[in-house]
Amino acid sequence: MTDFLLPKLTVAPLANPGPSAPGAALIEINQLSLFYGAARALKAISLPIRERVVTAFIGPSGCGKSTLLRCLNRMNDLIDTVRIEGGIKIGGHDIYSPDVDVIELRKRVGMVFQKSNPFPKSIYENVAYGLRLHGTTKKSEVDAVVEQSLRSAALWDEVKDRQHSSALGLSGGQQQRLCIARAIAIKPEIILMDEPASALDPIATSRIEDLILELKRDFTIVIVTHNMQQAARMSDFTAFFYLGELVEFDTTTKIFTNPAQKRTEDYVTGRFG
Amino acid sequence: MERHFDHDLSELKQRLLTMASQAETAVNRAIEALTTRNYDLAIQVKQNDEILDRGEVEIDELAIRLLAKAPLATDLRLVMVAMKISQNLERVGDEAAKIAKRARDLSQEPPVKINVDLPRMAGLALVMLKGALDAFVNRDSAAARALIPRDEEVDALNKQINGELTQFMMSDRDSIPRCLNLMIATRSLERIADHATNIAEEVVYLCEAADIRHTAK
Repeated sequence: MTDFLLPKLTVAPLANPGPSAPGAALIEINQLSLFYGAARALKAISLPIRERVVTAFIGPSGCGKSTLLRCLNRMNDLIDTVRIEGGIKIGGHDIYSPDVDVIELRKRVGMVFQKSNPFPKSIYENVAYGLRLHGTTKKSEVDAVVEQSLRSAALWDEVKDRQHSSALGLSGGQQQRLCIARAIAIKPEIILMDEPASALDPIATSRIEDLILELKRDFTIVIVTHNMQQAARMSDFTAFFYLGELVEFDTTTKIFTNPAQKRTEDYVTGRFG
Repeated sequence: MERHFDHDLSELKQRLLTMASQAETAVNRAIEALTTRNYDLAIQVKQNDEILDRGEVEIDELAIRLLAKAPLATDLRLVMVAMKISQNLERVGDEAAKIAKRARDLSQEPPVKINVDLPRMAGLALVMLKGALDAFVNRDSAAARALIPRDEEVDALNKQINGELTQFMMSDRDSIPRCLNLMIATRSLERIADHATNIAEEVVYLCEAADIRHTAK
């Protein structure tokens, strides 16, 4: 019963459009198959990844999610037996085209790994290293970018007074944020993260997740995670893979409340995998 | 291997079904007390209301425990829906207690000499409640959807009976307290149908993940 009238509330639309909504994808994966020798690890995957959102790849171990992630900056080139069919375009350009400079590609598409891997150098040098490699040598410029990157990675306040100490003295969570600072120092467009918080405690995990949500304002983020709740908390879109196939791709809300495919439902509710 | 979570979920479903059957019984008996002018039965229904109050609290406790395990997809929807259905059932119990209270008072007074279609309205409210609970048990979204428009029939009957009682009160001032008791009982039946509608909407959400509340159905 309505005894009194309340002003009509306007509910803001969801921050991100559904996969079918208009809007250009920054990354377009088209009929991508990947073979390790004769074994086909990815089967004709097509997937659009939108700009400045977080896209999560989920699926049981061995489903191909990390393999696909590594295709996005051609990390799989380092494995001799790998062969690829189909293509990936970033910003409309085929990244597997023979004229692509892979170093330049990896500058545009940064990566953070499961296990933090700082160089055995100082905190400052870890962040400055990539900059110098790409030609920035002026100290004031390097200083400014190091500070900005450490701030963006929510690490500055904790390390500003010990920038020249060894990075290996940082905690696991701090080391992972340092790796994120190192990745963003060279201003990539896309950051790939392969289970970036799986080795961290809940507090450090929460900081990484908050950081990722901040970073999506400036970067397009693709994250591989085994943690369903993490994917639900952080991502805008989720892709579910099984045995090298893309089973379902949709908004994260849809995947975790009402997936269309039974295999997705069974996986996210823990009935298999 | 059975998931531990399935075990907890089946306990939740079982408790909800118990509560549903208690709510249905409460409404049935309240109506019986009203139509047969049975004082003792009315007192009993009123006293039994606390069983449903307790049921709601217990289901909430269990649901919170399940939510802490972070369920997803149908599991998540089931837990959410169980909480909402139990709240509606508790309120159905409140309405049954209100009817029983009016039945108790009316049983101590001479009957009102008016023929209103209260039994039909009561029958319809019960059909809706039972139908919504069956739809939940069978996960039958179509049955739940089919039930929702019937609420309008109950609303129309409520309006009709209120009009008839008002007319009668104007012609027989002595009947006013008794007619008001009947009006309150009628309104409770109308509310029971509303709760049945809410439950049917929750069943649609459970089955289809479509939220049809507050939409033109």
